[in-house]
Amino acid sequence: MRSLEQTTQEVLDLASKHFNVPAGSLAPGDDFFKKLGIDSLQALELLSRLENHFAIELPDYEVQGVSDFKTLAERIQSRL
Amino acid sequence: MKSFTGKTLRWEWREGIIELTLDHEPANEIGTATLAELERFVAAFGVLAPETAVCIISSARKHGFSAGADLRELYRTAAPLSEKERLTRTRDFLERIHAVLNTIDAAPFVTIAAVHGVCFGGGFELALVCDIIVADKMARFAFPELRLGLIPGWGGIPRLKRDLGNAFVRDLLLTGRSVNAARAHAVGLVAQLAAEGEALRIARATAGQITKFNSATRAAAKKFIKPIPHEELRREIDLFCELFARPAVMAALKKFVEDSGPMPYLP
Repeated sequence: MRSLEQTTQEVLDLASKHFNVPAGSLAPGDDFFKKLGIDSLQALELLSRLENHFAIELPDYEVQGVSDFKTLAERIQSRL
Repeated sequence: MKSFTGKTLRWEWREGIIELTLDHEPANEIGTATLAELERFVAAFGVLAPETAVCIISSARKHGFSAGADLRELYRTAAPLSEKERLTRTRDFLERIHAVLNTIDAAPFVTIAAVHGVCFGGGFELALVCDIIVADKMARFAFPELRLGLIPGWGGIPRLKRDLGNAFVRDLLLTGRSVNAARAHAVGLVAQLAAEGEALRIARATAGQITKFNSATRAAAKKFIKPIPHEELRREIDLFCELFARPAVMAALKKFVEDSGPMPYLP
């Protein structure tokens, strides 16, 4: 089973790859809407990417209001 | 008319296959302009159908197949109207879109939706009239209407019920959540899963196979296996109008339309 730290790192890696930002430029506490400059449709792309990677389902209502990578990773962790 | 290019979509007939491409910024929101062009499309069936084996519906927009009904247009046109006028206009739109979708549903050729990205609300309802859904693994499906105090109004529930188990329909409808392509494939909504960016190519390969079959047999098989739930579709229009008359719906639409944040308001 992954640790929360591992999950968080994988979330950061996936986000940086999907949105073409330099690896290491994202931090767990970053607001991904602001840091990546994304909108709701792009956030859904990230959600699909994360669900496919972790082989989970993460209902929209569980990530509604979440804007930082660490909390997002926690939501994922609770479904692993 | 074997080809057409409009403001929101285009189609082209070639060797027995029609490709209908949705192409309306930002994410193929369906409003009066798209409806008028879809009406034009189905009006051409009289000419196209005898020579057509397959129709593929896809999107040229990056973000997906369709984000659904154009809620901004809906709110903008409905807000200044009296309740009575609003309902008359809404029912008229529903009757028109149902006529279009029923015609595509019953087309004597095979229809394939090649889906990528968002396939929400009215966009999902358009995909659901197709005989086969091919989805990119990044596709997402949702009926978010309950989050605005409504139900899907373009045939979504009757057609989803026609194809899938009621438990999944309730999950999708009553939570308003979106599901990914893998889940949609697992429950039988998506017929074929495609790698990223490959849905249209796979839809074309599938169409190529279907063109080999006898047209009368193909049409008879489709008619036999895919009845149109006319009675439930009528009831859905009535229920939608009943719910749309509630002030809470206009309030929710207003909040959604006026929200300029990265995640527009949805409860």
